[in-house]
Amino acid sequence: MPTIQELEKKASQVRRDIVRMVHAVNSGHPGGSLGCTDFLVALYDEIMRHQPQPFSMDGKGEDVFFLSNGHISPVFYSVLSRSGYFPVNELNTFRKLNSRLQGHPTTHEGLPGVRMASGSLGQGLSVAIGAALAKRLNGDDKLVFTLHGDGELQEGQIWEAAMAAAAHKVDNLIATVDVNGQQIDGPTEKVMPLGDLSGKFAAFGWKVLEIGNGNNMQEVVSGLKNAISHTGKGQPVVILMKTKMGAGVDFMMGTHKWHGVAPNDEQLAQALNQLEETLGDY
Amino acid sequence: MENKYATTDKKDTRSGFGAGLLELGKRNPEVVALCADLTGSLKMDAFQKEFPDRFFQVGIAEANMIGMAAGLTIGGKIPFTGTFANFSTGRVYDQIRQSVAYSGKNVKICASHAGLTLGEDGATHQILEDIGLMKMLPHMVVINPCDYNQTKAATIAIAEYEGPVYLRFGRPSVPNFTPADQKFEIGKAVHLFEGKDVSIFATGHLVWKAIEAYYILKEKGIDAEIINIHTIKPLDSESVLRSVQKTGCAVSAEEHNRIGGLGDSIAQELTRHYPAPLEMVAVNDSFGESGTPDQLMTKYGLDTADIVNAAIKAVGRRNK
Repeated sequence: MPTIQELEKKASQVRRDIVRMVHAVNSGHPGGSLGCTDFLVALYDEIMRHQPQPFSMDGKGEDVFFLSNGHISPVFYSVLSRSGYFPVNELNTFRKLNSRLQGHPTTHEGLPGVRMASGSLGQGLSVAIGAALAKRLNGDDKLVFTLHGDGELQEGQIWEAAMAAAAHKVDNLIATVDVNGQQIDGPTEKVMPLGDLSGKFAAFGWKVLEIGNGNNMQEVVSGLKNAISHTGKGQPVVILMKTKMGAGVDFMMGTHKWHGVAPNDEQLAQALNQLEETLGDY
Repeated sequence: MENKYATTDKKDTRSGFGAGLLELGKRNPEVVALCADLTGSLKMDAFQKEFPDRFFQVGIAEANMIGMAAGLTIGGKIPFTGTFANFSTGRVYDQIRQSVAYSGKNVKICASHAGLTLGEDGATHQILEDIGLMKMLPHMVVINPCDYNQTKAATIAIAEYEGPVYLRFGRPSVPNFTPADQKFEIGKAVHLFEGKDVSIFATGHLVWKAIEAYYILKEKGIDAEIINIHTIKPLDSESVLRSVQKTGCAVSAEEHNRIGGLGDSIAQELTRHYPAPLEMVAVNDSFGESGTPDQLMTKYGLDTADIVNAAIKAVGRRNK
């Protein structure tokens, strides 16, 4: 098992990948990607029991993850490649013609590690429930993880799924919401307030947990381990994880302005100065 | 002349789906079913009773149902979703597009109460655009069987096919004339009558009406070829072209909007490979309304007489 320090080093490299990927094609979503870096590194390197190769679409006998907010594909691709799902060098094809690394994740080009297309928001929780029910039918005791944006919870399908997960007692599912309080048009509080998210999920029959600082590796790891201890108890588990959009790059932090904008050459250099190259750039 | 396909057996196609699903449940442990609060209407109750662990009631939440079905395929399940055609397609188009079609998931979207023959509930429930919506999705298979036996056979056949399928059927009882042992081959048209004057391509409930039209046309001296196109996509282009090369003109007949339906698909084949007159028996770019199924089929021009008239017109255009 990697130490917290090793996980933090990996996160630094993943953040370098993210800003370099979006800079290279002058498009993509760095803000949410940087905010969720610590979570995805912890999940793939420390928490999930999974087998990168050979990749199995069915995921029988392994923990599986669904990225519901598909626009943060840069962090997903970087973590997948650096976990051994595909060569790290392939990150330089991100968003280019004929690439397996499409703007939003897809199964269509056969990229190992991706089990469902996402991008149109609000669909991942339903899919995860289905995958979790299949595990139950198969007598498979492994878990299903998801990640959602907080803005994404404005989609009605999320709440259809929330109702169904509790009704069918889907207790092998851990959904995490990236509560960064930002969406494209501005702060969620201004665009469409989400209200008492904890109360809402609790009322829908979920076990609600929190990670106070989703950009602190120790907190993320403990929070996920705590969530696992609440599985198998007859109800689905949700983690409300507070993060800072753009975490790790000072001028991108805490603002919706870097949701879907790439840094220019100068900004890239400035960002890379703040992020240690720990595992070698792609 | 006596109708070669005459039968006193009348059944609804949705019951064919229910019977097929039950049989699949017994044959294949990977088959699971999901329903959005219409278990009785979809005739899924027998499956639910027999296999409660493999049946998922999702309530009135169709978008979630489609997503759950997509997820169930990860783990090797073969999910069949059931609700009305309107809620199976238009309501959940983006979920089908992203989570099922683009993701290449082995989901069977099974839709009852399609078209006008839903009857009194009216236009909110009578979708006439579903074939078009579904056939535009890359790699989606679209099937519209004509009677109970064919719907049952189609239900069983699509479980063997790996990939997304839209299976469309209906509410009313219609003559059940397909032999119970007839194998259902996806994408293979069924030839009901050989003829030399006009090719009539019918799908779903209009197949029986095309058979009736055959005898009326015969009395008028027109020898029609009747072909049941149960699979709209992939279209059996070979059967379509071979028939029209022989007859020189065609009629399409369907319980669907003229725009986006079977007629459109046939027109595309003909214009690309063998231009010939084509008359379309279909709803003319309109919504439906309340009424009995028979009244609606007459008012919207989907009756036996409409097929007869279309055939006469097609022959006339060819002869000009």
